[in-house]
Amino acid sequence: MATINVTHAVARDLKAAARPARRASFGRKLRRNATGYLFLLGAVICFALFSWYPMIREVIMSFQVTNFAGATRWVGLRNYQHIISDPDFWSAWRTTGLFTLFALVFGYAVPFFTAVVLNELRHARSYFRLLVYLPVMMPPVAAAFLWRWFYTPDDSGLFNGVLHFLHLPTVQWLQSSHTLAVLCLVLFSTWINMGGTVLVYLASLQSIPGELYEAAEIDGAGLWRRIWHVTVPQTRLILSLMLMLQIVGTMQVFTEPYVITGASNNTTSVVYLIYQYAFNFNNYGSAAALGCVLLLVLVGFAGGYLWLSSRTGEE
Amino acid sequence: MAAANEPRTRTLVSQVQLDRPVGRTLYWTVFWTLMVLFAAVFLFPLYWMVTGGLKSAREIVQTPPTVVPHHAHPSNYVSAWNDADLGRLIVNTVLYALGALGFQLVFDVAAAYAFSKLRPVFGNAVLFAMLASLMIPTTVIALPTYLTANSLPFVHWSLLNTPWAIWLPSVASAFNIFLLKRFFDSIPSELLAAAAVDGAGPLRTLWSIVLPISRPILGVVSIFAVVAVWKDFLWPLLVLTDTSVQTVNVGLNQLSVGIPQNVLIAALAIASVPTIVFFLIFQRNIMSGLTAGSMKG
Repeated sequence: MATINVTHAVARDLKAAARPARRASFGRKLRRNATGYLFLLGAVICFALFSWYPMIREVIMSFQVTNFAGATRWVGLRNYQHIISDPDFWSAWRTTGLFTLFALVFGYAVPFFTAVVLNELRHARSYFRLLVYLPVMMPPVAAAFLWRWFYTPDDSGLFNGVLHFLHLPTVQWLQSSHTLAVLCLVLFSTWINMGGTVLVYLASLQSIPGELYEAAEIDGAGLWRRIWHVTVPQTRLILSLMLMLQIVGTMQVFTEPYVITGASNNTTSVVYLIYQYAFNFNNYGSAAALGCVLLLVLVGFAGGYLWLSSRTGEE
Repeated sequence: MAAANEPRTRTLVSQVQLDRPVGRTLYWTVFWTLMVLFAAVFLFPLYWMVTGGLKSAREIVQTPPTVVPHHAHPSNYVSAWNDADLGRLIVNTVLYALGALGFQLVFDVAAAYAFSKLRPVFGNAVLFAMLASLMIPTTVIALPTYLTANSLPFVHWSLLNTPWAIWLPSVASAFNIFLLKRFFDSIPSELLAAAAVDGAGPLRTLWSIVLPISRPILGVVSIFAVVAVWKDFLWPLLVLTDTSVQTVNVGLNQLSVGIPQNVLIAALAIASVPTIVFFLIFQRNIMSGLTAGSMKG
């Protein structure tokens, strides 16, 4: 940015002239603050309405019961007792936990190794980058319906068609066990989301200095040792950040179970259960209480991440 | 981001290793395996979608499925377009995305500028309150946010089924404000002081000095704003209940009941076309913008 540097020099001369004018009187200070807040006004109103106030309201609502007329009554911890005694609560957490776990195995490891391999390729790099990013651009619901169709349990589905073609036994996919159904959702989620993660990893891999690999090779490190002792430590910051973002993101999974399995096979996630409490059963109190529980878990994860990263001296 | 034609720095595998016969064979094996694998994983589903939309109602449930449709029925696409009112869904979504972009560019840029350069008293406290909302995902507070949008405090207006229900909450994007503020912080204050000496007010300074320098970050924020609206599902599902105002995601979801499978698949293909075309045109900007934004964020 050459223009900045040129103007920078001019500005330095002007700074002296500007300084006395900035020794502000009270009225000038007031005007500066008023202007500042005028610029902030739009964003502050939007945050107040759609972030800060709902946040407080969520906590308040979790201790209240709302009847159909809209009148509220304080009930203490009864909403929390209600959701804990609901079998759906534990089932939803089990599904969400399993989803997060599978997403760590597939959604976390697959993009990283894809990026490591792609970074070694000398040809057609934009072809790979383009393809891996293509699903990210699809409307998520359209992609989810597409995959629901692929998972058709009889032989007309794409996946069973492929298995049939290879003379392998076909699978019931979404309608078989709970574990496999969740795995199906994770596979879809990985497919549609990995493009963004791969690009982030590729960018951070390209910033690794080549001398490190050179030195490791001279020291006799093989391929795996070079990955483990050079690639991973050099990308550790972005790896741990993506890990945290991914855990927090997958714990909020909603679209996949809502569109693909439609709560069949006990695949209701926590956010989906909040939705059901609120909009199917009109039980606002329980929905808010479950929201608060999820919030505590998520803030716990984020807080734990910040604590760990500050302890290891990272940013 | 390093373009393909720049001189490459050394990566995991050295060029010397690759130039050996064994290395070269291995490289090309891996390369072609990946070429085929990527096509199978990322392109074939799209092919299956487009051809699935051409199949007849009988052929689409046939076992085993056909790779090439026996008889192409382009009429599926016509009825998907007409019955599902896809044109309106797409236009709605584009309007929501552009509106959200406009509101964010005005309000979030102004806020970031105030935080970075005007620095009013308690500005940092307000900024902290905004950043704290990053910890609170919108899905978790969807219910109270919905109730607020249904009846705004004091005035009791309902934003449901109006574009405002999408536009205004999109402004509450702490991440975009943060990205903008960090970029504005890197602009030397002397530059702004010089403008002040020349008699420019804060608005004039923002418009003539800060914004022209900030074009890269404005591009990143614009992509984030548009993509967020395009991909969102839970929020528009709650606030857009009228079929005539829905987004592509919500409309497809509503449509999926009581529509023949082959027409639904055709509808999915049509709904995916605008973004994929948009992506192919702007792919360079989108991909470099997204990685730059997330690396710095």
